[in-house]
Parts: sequence; structure tokens; C-alpha cells
Amino acid sequence: MRHLMSPLDFTTEELDKLFQLANDIENNPKKYAHCCDGKKLATCFYEPSTRTRLSFEAAMINLGGSVIGFSSAASSSASKGESVSDTIRMISCYADICAMRHPKEGAPMVAATKSSIPVVNAGDGGHQHPTQTLTDLLTIRSLKGRLNNFTIGLCGDLKFGRTVHSLISALIRYENISFVFISPEELRIPEYITEQLKELNIPYEEVIRLEEVMPKLDLLYMTRVQQERFFNEEDYIRLKDFYILDKAKMSLAKDDMLVLHPLPRVNEISVEVDDDPRAAYFRQVQYGVYARMALILTLLEIEV
Amino acid sequence: MLNIGKIEEGFVLDHIKAGKSLSIYHHLQLDKKDCTVAIIKNAKSKQMGKKDILKVECDIKEMDMDVLAVIDHDITVNVIKGGEIVEKQELSLPKEVKNIYKCKNPRCITSIEQELPHIFCLADEKKAVYRCKYCEEKCNDDLKDKYLFH
Repeated sequence: MRHLMSPLDFTTEELDKLFQLANDIENNPKKYAHCCDGKKLATCFYEPSTRTRLSFEAAMINLGGSVIGFSSAASSSASKGESVSDTIRMISCYADICAMRHPKEGAPMVAATKSSIPVVNAGDGGHQHPTQTLTDLLTIRSLKGRLNNFTIGLCGDLKFGRTVHSLISALIRYENISFVFISPEELRIPEYITEQLKELNIPYEEVIRLEEVMPKLDLLYMTRVQQERFFNEEDYIRLKDFYILDKAKMSLAKDDMLVLHPLPRVNEISVEVDDDPRAAYFRQVQYGVYARMALILTLLEIEV
Repeated sequence: MLNIGKIEEGFVLDHIKAGKSLSIYHHLQLDKKDCTVAIIKNAKSKQMGKKDILKVECDIKEMDMDVLAVIDHDITVNVIKGGEIVEKQELSLPKEVKNIYKCKNPRCITSIEQELPHIFCLADEKKAVYRCKYCEEKCNDDLKDKYLFH
């Protein structure tokens, strides 16, 4: 029995297989509509989430299965002081697979050690969010046809953004990837990541302004720059426009560049960009469902 | 100058950083052993100025010496038989340590679930970096005094 705690739990070969399955689901949804009949997914969400929980639930329902679970710690027995280990032992008796989100880092791993059903980490604090990374990789692979030979720009909050860190650690396993980190000084990519890139001889550059690097990017991964991350309001007002993607900045980009975003978007991508064929962030949400469907089938070892 | 006699069978941990011997005493669980232990604190040392020494009269094979490497890989381990040093053991970093380091990340699951063991895994042998198994919080030589349980 396997669990998914980190995007690196799967080898690149295993990921390839999972993405092939996801694309087959995309092209032949009816073929998979009943392969989880009678199976139950438990969504154990100790903190609120919209996209991830609904995406998991949609994935299981699309496969013919059903869903049980809770969507906040207050509505679970955690509010009575039950440990994660005890909760998962109980859930194991009710469901066939569990997706767990928890504000504490490592909670899904603790659950996995005591579980008799596969556990998927659906986000543990600022630590890991592997199904978002699977979604990002599947989107890139599906729309670009490959996961190598890219210059990828990562823009916004690169210091605290767990999706960015996970995506980098997943992409460095592929050939000929170079990174462009676009962020204000306060939200620069952590040193441990740039050190790792240096050790592996993976090219990267760090810049403050998005415009200056737009023409060279094959992919642009946008994240939110939150005002509370800045030391003062002046800096925020001075810098925030550098990180807002609008039509003017898109005019500098390659014709086949893709814009990704883990969502929710606030104002960092202007709505005028939504109709641009290069805007892939809503298609990314759809790929999130396919990725989770493929993951459920893989972890439940269901062959179709 | 205080004199402590030599031991016949057992081991001597020399070059312990001054003040660290009690911590090592607890980590080796010597408090639970029914053997003679001499804890020498702040002994004069040409090399270190001051150092601690532990003399333990029991078979070294009964001890979990991995923890020593984690706490201080500069400690010298002398195995004593018949009152003489018969072997100097080198310390190597264990792949995983349990309840030696305490994770200080307030967002880690160990911060709310008290019964969980604190497990750190060796992430970089050259730099002696350990990471929490659950949250990957980093602990290296500079931080370990802050992270040790005792």
C-alpha cells in the first residue's frame, strides 16, 4: 500500500505513468465513470479549503465512488482532543482512501504510519501540497507536451509559497530546466533552494521586475503578493504593480508562453488576461481533477 | 586537582565540551544503569581549556553510541580492558535519531501531539544536517544545543 506525502514520493517514470492515465481520463471520461463504484473517499480537512476538497470530491464522484468526511477541525473529533493517529484508525474502517489537510506540518505522515488505507497529503501547513504539484506538472505536460527544456518564471511570493518550492523540487528532476525568480527583495526564494540549484548546476536568475524577463519565458507561474508580508505599506504600494500581470506585460511574452497560477487569484493577474489563450490557470483547475482521479486509481491499484 | 582512579573494564569519553557531560549521561541512559560512572566536569585541557570526561564501567556494546555522534562528533571514545586503552572508536552520524532532538517548529505536528516520538533523519552527512521526519525542520551543528532534549 502506498501513500502520497510529497511530490517526490513518485519517480519521474511513475509520474509519467500517472500523467498518461490522467490524459486518458481526460479523453475518455466514460471509460472511468464506474471504476470506483462502491469505494469511499474520506476527506479529512482540519482547516477550510475550497478548491482542494471539492477537487478531490469531484474526482472520486467522477470515478463512481462516494465521499464522506469533515471540512473543519471544529466539526471533527479533533475538537474533543482526539489524536490524528486515532482518527485515521477510525477512518480506515469507514473508507478506502483518505485525503487529509491539516494545519500542522507532518500530520498526514503521522496518519499514514497508522493507517490501513492509502493517505494523500492534501496540504500540511506551509510544508507540502503534493497534489497541487501533480496538477501543475500535468497541466504543463498536457499543454506543452513535455516536462523538459523550459525556462520557467516564478513570480510573487517566493519565500513563503509552498506551491513554488514543491514545483521547483519536482521540476529539477527533468532535463534542461532553467528558473527565473521574480520577487521583491522581502519575498526572495529561500537560500537553501538556490544553494541546491547551484550544487546541481541548474541555471537560475533572480530579478525584481517581471517586464524585463517576460520575452524569455516559456512558462510563467504566478503567485499572490500579500500586503501583510511587507514591512511597511510604502514598500507594498511601490512594488505591487511589478507583480501584476496585465495585457501590457503579456504583449512582451512569447506567443506560446503559458501562465499558471495555483489560485485563488486576487489582483495579481488582471481579469483582462483571462481571455488570452496563453492564460492556463482555469484549465489548470480542470487538470487538478484529472490528476486526483489518476492518483486515486493508482493508490487504490485499480486497473482499467 | 581532583584525582579519579582508572577503570578496569568499560569506556572513557574524553574531550567532551565543558558542561555537556550531564546531557550525555542522560542521553546514554546511564542513570538507568547499575554501573560505576564518574562524571568529571571542567577538567583542565591543553587543547580545549576546559573539558568534561565520563568514565563508565560497563561494556560499550550495551550502549547506543549513535547519540554521541549527534551531540558532539569530536568526542574521543576510549575502550578500556584490563585498565588499558585497547581501542579508540570513531563516531559516525546515525541515519535517524529518536528523541535526541526536539523539533522546535511550532507548526510541526509534534507540537500538539505529545506522544509522538521526535524523529530526525540525516539529510546531509558532510554538513551534519538533520531534518525532522514530519515537518523537515532543519537542525545542524549551530542549532543543536537549542534542539537537544536535555
